[in-house]
Amino acid sequence: MDGERLAQKAFLLAAVLSASVTVLLLAFMVILGLPLFQGGLVFRILTAPWLPGRQLFGIWPMIVGTLAIAALALAVAFPLSLGVSSLIAVVAPGRIARLVKSAVAFMTGIPTVVYGFVGVFLLVPLVRETFARGSGLCVLTAGLVLGILVAPTMILFFSDALARVPRSDRIAAEALGATPAQVLIYVLIPGAWRGIVTGLVLAAGRAVGDTLLALMLAGNAAQVPGGVLDSARTLTAHIALVIASDFDSLEFKTLFACGILLYAFTAAATLAVRRLAGKEGPAR
Amino acid sequence: MKTGLWFKAAAVVIMVGLAALPASADSLAAFKGQKGEVRISGGTAHIPVMEEAAKRIRTANPDVQISIAGGGSGVGIKQAGEGLVDIGNSGRKPTDEEVSKYGLKVFRWALDGVGIVVHPDNPVQSLGKDRLKQIYAGTIDNWKALGGPDKAINLYTRDEASGTRDVFWSKALDKGEIHARANVVPSNGAMKTAVANDPYAIGYVSVGHIDATVAPVALDGVVPTIETVKSGAYPVSRGLFSLTKGEPQGLARWFIDYLFSPAGHEIIADKGFIPVD
Repeated sequence: MDGERLAQKAFLLAAVLSASVTVLLLAFMVILGLPLFQGGLVFRILTAPWLPGRQLFGIWPMIVGTLAIAALALAVAFPLSLGVSSLIAVVAPGRIARLVKSAVAFMTGIPTVVYGFVGVFLLVPLVRETFARGSGLCVLTAGLVLGILVAPTMILFFSDALARVPRSDRIAAEALGATPAQVLIYVLIPGAWRGIVTGLVLAAGRAVGDTLLALMLAGNAAQVPGGVLDSARTLTAHIALVIASDFDSLEFKTLFACGILLYAFTAAATLAVRRLAGKEGPAR
Repeated sequence: MKTGLWFKAAAVVIMVGLAALPASADSLAAFKGQKGEVRISGGTAHIPVMEEAAKRIRTANPDVQISIAGGGSGVGIKQAGEGLVDIGNSGRKPTDEEVSKYGLKVFRWALDGVGIVVHPDNPVQSLGKDRLKQIYAGTIDNWKALGGPDKAINLYTRDEASGTRDVFWSKALDKGEIHARANVVPSNGAMKTAVANDPYAIGYVSVGHIDATVAPVALDGVVPTIETVKSGAYPVSRGLFSLTKGEPQGLARWFIDYLFSPAGHEIIADKGFIPVD
């Protein structure tokens, strides 16, 4: 009995500690970033360009860069993931599906730096030579590789959601003479939309939060990219690049604005996923 | 690359050699029988030299602990000044204001040049300073204008905290503009990789980093090499500094003395810098 209570207390302590870390993290960023909120400086930082030579430390280019790269990654990964998860759930269930699924699960375990490394030596020269414009370090390269990085997250969520659609729905559709393709489009995908959106939101969180791929492949130019072949910098890469500067400088303080933005995005994504999962209710 | 950044951020405690070898060089004799810790932080260009020196000292006397952290030149000056570390490293000379505010003692133990580099296949391997400024400002944006292929020039630069960038910007570009479309890489090593892989690139690295994978570009007719930096013919150079708050005492004193000893000079030269007295 005593041992049980001890264990209970230990687990409670662990839970409280880990939960408070996330809250403390936000408090830390807000307190250290407080000077930014005085005198409306934060609005200038959010909207201005990054030109340290002219004492302009705006993070607007980084916000655009982050959104552009993450959006491209999702645009690449979404059809790919939907296709692969349909293959697993519908087209070829059984041995092939198991094989594909374990390959996808294996992909989640590959360190990000490996994707980055392969990207630098294979995709960057390919993009540079194919489009004959720029250095190959650009939104397109980073978006493509990031798409491959986030695809497994989507595939695993999508295929689980497709598998959870009640079997009776499927049988009914088949009894009406629906082909497997029709079953997929009219029954399974509409029935699994919550899981699909959840996977998409989680993948978006991962795409926005990734640091290394953007740092290695996007070029890191602090400009608003004019197209997919332009060099761009993400918020995360910006933090990594500026963190070694003088702690007292304004450029260092803008990092807290980047941190708070990233925190807010992740929090919003988590809340959205919770709401969706909550609505699914007991069927889960 | 990520490792490089973490390297800057996190303190690296040197723990080398379980087997304690007897002190061989005379310059290491000062550490004999001593106990304690030397804390070092700051400029990242200094780290290879610091680590090698620490390794040798620790091998001679395992009771001396030496911790080496990065953080950049600004961090080195600040932490030395506030007494957070025993020795702060800087890739730029601290300002008179910083020296008087903190009472810093400045030791310049090496010279380092910053050389412009291009891909080895690039026929453009000599530039005037005005041309270089126009390239980085973005007014010249095609190699054809310089006698090269009809390809856009891909600019590469370093992050804001880089001492290498600071010296390139002030001495090669005369504090001129660096166009916002320039790609930014986080270390000297990453710069070399980027330029070696991009036939239309132009970038700059510490002279110690130049090897066969990239081609040095002569600036106003002077090729950046250890010799031209040493003679002063190549102008884009800087000192590597170590700073202490007031006159250094005990282990910190001996560490700095070691850098100026023949063994220290050998380490500095070995890491691609020019030792100075």
